[in-house]
Amino acid sequence: MEKKIIYLDNAATTRTKPEVVEAMLPYFTENYGNPSSVYTFAGQNKAAVTAARETIAKSLNAQTQDIYFTAGGSESDNWALKAAMEAYKDKGNHLITSKIEHHAILHTCEYLEKQGCEVTYIDVDENGVVDLEQLEAAIRPTTVLISIMYANNEIGTIQPVRQIGKIAKEHGVLFHTDAVQAYGQLPIDVASENIDMLSASAHKLNGPKGIGFLYIRKGLKLRSLIHGGGQERKRRAGTENVPGIVGFGKAAEIAHETMDQRTRIEAGLRNYLVKRVLSEIPYTRLNGHSSVRLPNNANFSFQFIEGESLLIMLDMKGICASSGSACTSGSLDPSHVLLAIGLPHEIAHGSLRLTLSDETTLDDIDYTVDQLKEIVQNLRNMSPLYEDFVKKNKK
Amino acid sequence: MSFHPVKDRTSRKRGFTMYTEKVMDHFTNPRNVGEIENASGVGTVGNAKCGDIMRIYLDIDENQIIRDVKFKTFGCGAAVATSSMATELVKGKSIYEALQVTNKAVMEALDGLPPVKVHCSLLAEEAIHAALWDYAEKHGIKIEGLEKPKSDIHEDDEEETEEY
Repeated sequence: MEKKIIYLDNAATTRTKPEVVEAMLPYFTENYGNPSSVYTFAGQNKAAVTAARETIAKSLNAQTQDIYFTAGGSESDNWALKAAMEAYKDKGNHLITSKIEHHAILHTCEYLEKQGCEVTYIDVDENGVVDLEQLEAAIRPTTVLISIMYANNEIGTIQPVRQIGKIAKEHGVLFHTDAVQAYGQLPIDVASENIDMLSASAHKLNGPKGIGFLYIRKGLKLRSLIHGGGQERKRRAGTENVPGIVGFGKAAEIAHETMDQRTRIEAGLRNYLVKRVLSEIPYTRLNGHSSVRLPNNANFSFQFIEGESLLIMLDMKGICASSGSACTSGSLDPSHVLLAIGLPHEIAHGSLRLTLSDETTLDDIDYTVDQLKEIVQNLRNMSPLYEDFVKKNKK
Repeated sequence: MSFHPVKDRTSRKRGFTMYTEKVMDHFTNPRNVGEIENASGVGTVGNAKCGDIMRIYLDIDENQIIRDVKFKTFGCGAAVATSSMATELVKGKSIYEALQVTNKAVMEALDGLPPVKVHCSLLAEEAIHAALWDYAEKHGIKIEGLEKPKSDIHEDDEEETEEY
């Protein structure tokens, strides 16, 4: 019999909710028409896309026509940055972002730098919060855009988005936020928070993979990233992913209806997890802000051990987790986020991210901590760093 | 290439998707973990900054046969597995035979490593060489074909055990 899986990697992706799948199914089977077609048969598909757009717009306090569906968060991030820098090149070529953004932002920035843009990467403090003074001081007459994530995918720290929006507005600079981790977990209001563009992705909130959106405030002159047909008000070509859009709409509806209670329960379990880990496993720290963080995120560093080993051992026990160690990133450097909050390399290598869902139970957490205690000790017993540490303390 | 990185994924039952069954076996059930008191030679290579440190202890008898070998490793699954396999390959061998245990041999014995993990097997070879070098130095002998190990954790990183 296959062992039960304890899935604690909900920042990577989530289970598509059965209600979401159910809502999507007719759009694969009976209602397969192309929303752009003129006949009645396709009309209901167009209506379904509009309904999803309305649901999502409402959840953000945005105008319905300002939501543009894309293939996911990475496309939205690419589009926002590349199109904004192109559209406003008469104003300048400067972009401000942070050192802890997702690679969809950072690698796009690198690309833009090669195209002649100048990018300032703002520091974060030890909790992973962007330095607002540094951010404001970095603004130049040529600054087109500030792009700062809503909440960090690794350490869960929530950024002072409202203040960033205010600073951007005061200086007449556009503000984009990558809300891929935050959307569906935190209440967002693009109007009062002065957000000009926002990226999100369905599969982070129990929706399907391969569908996202970019919110673009009315009046922004952004051009298409994908050229072709006239879909999405001529701004994003390609036949609409109707089942995906319907699924995203359903997922957004559920996520926002259940947000208060769901996130309160998840945060309660998460706090219990953090408390147990920190009190029962020595030489361990919590990465990220102690309270201003995503409700389902915990990120630890266990001294003297390496993250990939830890992940394999947890996997053997049926626990799915994630790490910022170099060995899981495919390079020699550990996570840029953990380095940006000031962790030494060896501590960053021993990191573990656990992200909960509404399916996570207290038993799951207890089992995970029990296993973790044993695994960490076993790996430490195998670690020359731990051996040196113990010998040093004996002297 | 003489090694073959994970051809047959279907033969794997459970565990990390990128490793062979042998790597998983040596990682989850490592041979010869531990320390040897008053070892004939000890070698430590790698550094914590890169995420890999291997330490090999050798117990070598008067006939220059490796009577016992132990290891400790800080690192990923591949690092632990290559350390474990390397100890198996040198145990009971003469120091000259041990010198012939290359990273290639370690990888082959593990049915291959993913390309990004090949450096782990190099570390295992270096750790054995470092331990043999330490043995040679302690006993005032010269081992033909053995060069001074290049990497040592304490050269560039002294704070790795600092507590926070």
